[in-house]
Amino acid sequence: MTTQTSEFGRSIPRIEAKQKVSGTAEYIHHFTVPGMLYGKIFRSTIAHGKLLKIHTENAKSYPGVHAVICGEDIKQLIPSPYYGPAFLDQPILALEKVHFIGEPVAIVLSHSPHIAEAACQLIEVDYEELDAVFDEIEALSSEAIVHDELKPSGTFPDLKHLIGRKNTNIALDYHLRYGSDETIFSDATHVFEHTFTTQQAMHTPLEPMVSIAVPGDQMITIHSATQMPSFVRLEIARLLGWRENQVRVKSAHLGGGYGAKVYIKLEALVTAVALILKRPIKVSLTMEEQFYTISKHATTFKIKSALDASGKILARDCKVYWNGGAYADIGPRVAQKSGFTAAGPYNIDNVSIDSYEIYTNRPPAGALRGFGIPQLVWAYESHTDMIANELNKDPIEFRKMNLLVNGLKQATGTVIQHMESELVLETLSKKMNWTTPIEKGIGHIRKGRGIAIGFKASVSPTTSTAILTINGDGSCLLAMSTVDIGQGSDTAMAQIAAQTLGIPTEVVKVIRPDTDITPYDMGTLGSRSTFHMGNAVKLAAEDALKKLRQMAIQAGLNESETHAPSVILQKTYGMQAGTVVGFGSYKPSYIPTDLNTGASTNVTPFWMVAATGVELEVDTETGHVRIHKMINVVDAGDLVNPKIAHTQISGAAIMQCGFTFSEEMVFDEGQLTNGSFADYKIPGIHDVNFVMENICVSSSHDQGPYGAKGIGESGTFGVSPAVANAIYDAVGVRITSLPITPEKVFQAIQNKTTG
Amino acid sequence: MNTTQLIQFKLNGTNIEVEVQSNVNVIELLNQFQLKGARESCGQGLCGACTVLVDNLAVSGCLMPAVMLDGKSVETVEGLSGLNEPLHPIQQAFIDQGAFQCGFCTPGFVIMTKHLLDLNPNPTEKEIRDFFAGNLCRCGTYPEIIAAVNQASQSLLKTNSN
Repeated sequence: MTTQTSEFGRSIPRIEAKQKVSGTAEYIHHFTVPGMLYGKIFRSTIAHGKLLKIHTENAKSYPGVHAVICGEDIKQLIPSPYYGPAFLDQPILALEKVHFIGEPVAIVLSHSPHIAEAACQLIEVDYEELDAVFDEIEALSSEAIVHDELKPSGTFPDLKHLIGRKNTNIALDYHLRYGSDETIFSDATHVFEHTFTTQQAMHTPLEPMVSIAVPGDQMITIHSATQMPSFVRLEIARLLGWRENQVRVKSAHLGGGYGAKVYIKLEALVTAVALILKRPIKVSLTMEEQFYTISKHATTFKIKSALDASGKILARDCKVYWNGGAYADIGPRVAQKSGFTAAGPYNIDNVSIDSYEIYTNRPPAGALRGFGIPQLVWAYESHTDMIANELNKDPIEFRKMNLLVNGLKQATGTVIQHMESELVLETLSKKMNWTTPIEKGIGHIRKGRGIAIGFKASVSPTTSTAILTINGDGSCLLAMSTVDIGQGSDTAMAQIAAQTLGIPTEVVKVIRPDTDITPYDMGTLGSRSTFHMGNAVKLAAEDALKKLRQMAIQAGLNESETHAPSVILQKTYGMQAGTVVGFGSYKPSYIPTDLNTGASTNVTPFWMVAATGVELEVDTETGHVRIHKMINVVDAGDLVNPKIAHTQISGAAIMQCGFTFSEEMVFDEGQLTNGSFADYKIPGIHDVNFVMENICVSSSHDQGPYGAKGIGESGTFGVSPAVANAIYDAVGVRITSLPITPEKVFQAIQNKTTG
Repeated sequence: MNTTQLIQFKLNGTNIEVEVQSNVNVIELLNQFQLKGARESCGQGLCGACTVLVDNLAVSGCLMPAVMLDGKSVETVEGLSGLNEPLHPIQQAFIDQGAFQCGFCTPGFVIMTKHLLDLNPNPTEKEIRDFFAGNLCRCGTYPEIIAAVNQASQSLLKTNSN
């Protein structure tokens, strides 16, 4: 059972590959329980208003309807039915007020999903409409106040100052002050100031959100397509006032997550209804309903830089406004923990950042592949390119002379380590043949190229734990609550366990997340699993090995020789029997950011950095942009599985192409008008018709498991600004708002020619 | 009005007789037979995750009422290989090329590859792109999928020429 080759770094296929290609992989999507009722959610049709009366009689009397449940019914079971990871602001079903069009107001239950859906149409609600606000900037000063009072969770020390705040739509304000020279902007040779915006968008996992709750004797089992089984258990137990072990959360393969399936989505609703009706309940959302559940923040980012005559950036002032929609979800953490990188991967002595999470009457916004980073990179890399152009400097050389590299302090005060920004930029420059000018095209087809670089701090502090069991024959079971959402974590963790144990990956079986069996993990998000869970798995395997060594000694085996686990167990128990259990727990050190200055000397366990370069053409007659070549260069540390790692980078970049060119949730007075793939266009196979190269630079993180760190989001960082920068290079127009549609490009070209 | 109808059809080569309600679609019916490869996702026939072959035509199972299967022959991804049986060369190609991540859309792509290669054993890249215009992969695994279709094509051509 021992192997000479390294398991870490092997490009083996995903361990569930056969199930996925044969259609047998298990998703919660298909899960059913005998006696189960299907729930269909009735949603608010107004953006902001008081709930006066919900008329459910017609729905209740519809043949085949089992029950209709409203927010007040849930209060009978859970007196304060509000949830959220940072703010307890979201009711399981609307109470007193509705805050956006699409907010869940009632749920119809039937043995048939078709009946539940039909009966749902029969519900009517009397509202007293209130003024609504949709734009993040307008919300700063609007008369319309989304929530009467802020409700941050009291368990977080850094949110305590917000408790009880009234008459504001600012859920959270994060401030960073680094350096102190306030005269820089007035004295500097160059000052540049620009504003950039991004659009609200949605993850659209192809497996729409789905949860099932099965009530038991003083317990509840929740089967959910969730990226966070441990959090769901904690939050449901808190809502019910139960012990954690009365709540069992089971996950399966996820048909995509990208941040859509973090924290509580449908789990609290199915739990409450299941306990009220004493029946198993399943709620499956449609693609349209996903848009009402969680989204990616629209943002406005005002950025200002001061430079000296040589082109050195002396100061940067960043004001970021995150449109969080009606409920905070994880938005406040996005505003803080990505907010502190808003000045970009540059070495700037004076940085000021104000980052605001803002309530509006739109569907809630949370984390989408990058935790806010793509919105920030869009602005600071467009801005940086505009400065380079104005100063007549080569965009790569300009970035290099200002680059934040290892050993320098980032604006929080944390010294950068294990972040190969120089190597990433240098590699991109070489791969793009940057020193050789490209042919710029003729007539109405003009060509250009552009680059962008972005960075991210892994969210901290978070914990992962793992249990590794060795059976009598030496085969292994790996129990962990990391969810394989398609990123390949089951395979990566099995490889790390196998590497540590010195056995082939194929003999490690990964147990699907089940909170009764798999130990605590903070969650599958933010590119944290490889680093955090990878370390926990490695520690668990080392713990098992240590125990095996002790057993071998006790069994009288020769200490100077290496013995296979099966031999040690056989010798100990006298037959193929027994079990060895290793446990690993990993929580990197962290120092919280100061409330006033945003400072911390240890803000993250690892930094991610990535750059993208594109060559493209612009049709000046239509505004259409066509990418010819895209190169993504990423520092992901040592790679657990190079093939899967490259697919992750490629997939992230392709997803970001959607947010760059086409995806945008369009609203008419708060009503989403394109919640369908007919109108909301995600990238298809024809949209990815260009040469793409994905490169991981040589890098290693000494705290990572065998040198690895995160990779899932890095491919998104640079795509949008690289495209905008290349468009500028091609046709001399600057697009400052995402998405970059042909209409916008055409209009900008027209304005330039006529203006 | 919701009525029930007795239908007969062939499912992956097996004759089936079943009563179905008029509001049940093909995917819901397949689920009754524990076939879960074809999946309803967008619900509008726009993503291809629900693709099955009906009388050798690719169909969005989420849009087709199950009663319309009467007298027809249905092929799903499960028809390509059974549990613990060797994989079909198309499935093997998807594994070899790493042509999926979350895997939710994969059976739709696999069955469409079967359909494409039945019609056109040696497609060009453009023909592959055109054929898959109706299949979406949110994980963005399109480059690997094109490589998998090419591998499957070559592999099947080789087998058929032997």
